[in-house]
Amino acid sequence: MDFFLQQLLNAVSLGGIYALLALGLAVVFSIVALINFAHGELMTVAGYVLFVCILYAVPLPIAVVAAIAAAAVAAAATERLAFRPMRRADPTSLMLTSFAVSAILKVLFQNGISARPKPVPLPPDLSGTLTFGPVRLGTVPLASILVTCLSLFALTLFLKRTVMGKAMRAAAEDFQVLRLMGIRANRVIAAAFALSGMLAGISAALWVAQRGSVDPLMGFVPVLKAFVASVIGGLGSLSGAVAGGFALGIAEVLFQAYLPDAALPFRDAFVLGFVVLLLLWRPDGLIPARTGRRS
Amino acid sequence: MLEIEGLSVRYGAVEAVGNLGFTVPKGSITVLLGANGAGKSSTLNAISGLAPSRGRIALNGAELGGLPPEEIVRRGVALCPEGRRVFPSLSVADNLHLGGAVHAKGEELARRTEAELDRFPILRERYHQKAGLLSGGEQQMLAVARALMSAPRLLLLDEPSLGLAPKVVEQVFGLISGLRTQGITILLVEQNAERALEIADHGYVLQSGALVLSGSGRELAESPLIRDAYLAG
Repeated sequence: MDFFLQQLLNAVSLGGIYALLALGLAVVFSIVALINFAHGELMTVAGYVLFVCILYAVPLPIAVVAAIAAAAVAAAATERLAFRPMRRADPTSLMLTSFAVSAILKVLFQNGISARPKPVPLPPDLSGTLTFGPVRLGTVPLASILVTCLSLFALTLFLKRTVMGKAMRAAAEDFQVLRLMGIRANRVIAAAFALSGMLAGISAALWVAQRGSVDPLMGFVPVLKAFVASVIGGLGSLSGAVAGGFALGIAEVLFQAYLPDAALPFRDAFVLGFVVLLLLWRPDGLIPARTGRRS
Repeated sequence: MLEIEGLSVRYGAVEAVGNLGFTVPKGSITVLLGANGAGKSSTLNAISGLAPSRGRIALNGAELGGLPPEEIVRRGVALCPEGRRVFPSLSVADNLHLGGAVHAKGEELARRTEAELDRFPILRERYHQKAGLLSGGEQQMLAVARALMSAPRLLLLDEPSLGLAPKVVEQVFGLISGLRTQGITILLVEQNAERALEIADHGYVLQSGALVLSGSGRELAESPLIRDAYLAG
């Protein structure tokens, strides 16, 4: 029972991180049809800001906010410098641009900071466990689930209540008509990138909290998982990204926990096999996006 | 109010509109007629900035050509596009809100919303529903109301009666006449030539992207070309 609860907690907390990452991809994809493979490097930016802040003993809450803000600024900067000049390009060129941005950032981290992992030690009271009667649960996964829930709640409020949030949802359906309403395309796109960067920053904080270090390539694996998650969920669909993220995270942890020892080295094959089955069942994803007109 | 001279719209190698010129007088309903592919929608898209064009497009003497759509609607020209194109997953309320969001704030935005809900009582009943769940006629009302939220001086309407039941078509044309009495100038593109010419002050007929006929609504309704081509006897 203890083991199962602990695994369930890990599954939901990993799923939550994937969900936030997949959401970051989906917010941008739904508006500009770009699969941003530089999303992982936004995480790395946030990770290094966290590293520097903790090195200089900045209080953790401020460090986390600074990391998230840095990722948002980095995302907006890549939009302005790399993606805006490519606005009228086809989706393939846009995707290649994102590979280029990703490669450039990785080299900058490797040469400018270090190719080796840097430790990001957490305050001791965050790395322990909490005891609920007979059950002991990890503090980090619990905090991670809490942060994910709060982020999803805040994002929903933003998308449903604010003009910019409504404009982003409208842009995903019909960007041209949104421009006819007088809402500036550049502003909506820049805001979408910044929002996507914030989501990457939050995921980075949770990711680093579980691993305890940052390195130049740390964004690669999570962005790949986020891509798989958003395909499972339905590319460009926000609720799909959340569903896909949780499905992938839960599948990974449960396979890890319950596969027989002999099969454990092939865990990823089992996970991807599960993804293939999901896609055979629902080829457009769990919650497909509406396909709108794009400008 | 609107003057167009030497307007050309090209999509790659295809010329949709070539050297078109016409005017829309202030306070009038002007209708553009023509078969499918005659260049009517391209003309409206060029005026509203959606389609790249060459030539002169002037609103009260000020050049609009080359401005992006975001700026043109700020100058007081709103397009209600073909096929309604409401935002289906957003509520009626949010569709209206976005229509007015950059043009009015706070109380003024609320006042304009209220005015549109008075004009279209059906939208008040559907206020919190998703726009995609409305009927075709209701979506058309919403599309017009959303365009009016920017308080335009010139309203461009692209095929507002397309695909609507006859009773609803009557409502739509009644509404367009009503807008003129409130001082809004209207440029209307229509397939339904008969009904359009009844309410129009002026009309122009396009063929393959060029002007072939113009006149008052009544003159056009009586012209042999129009009678043969559009009114079917």
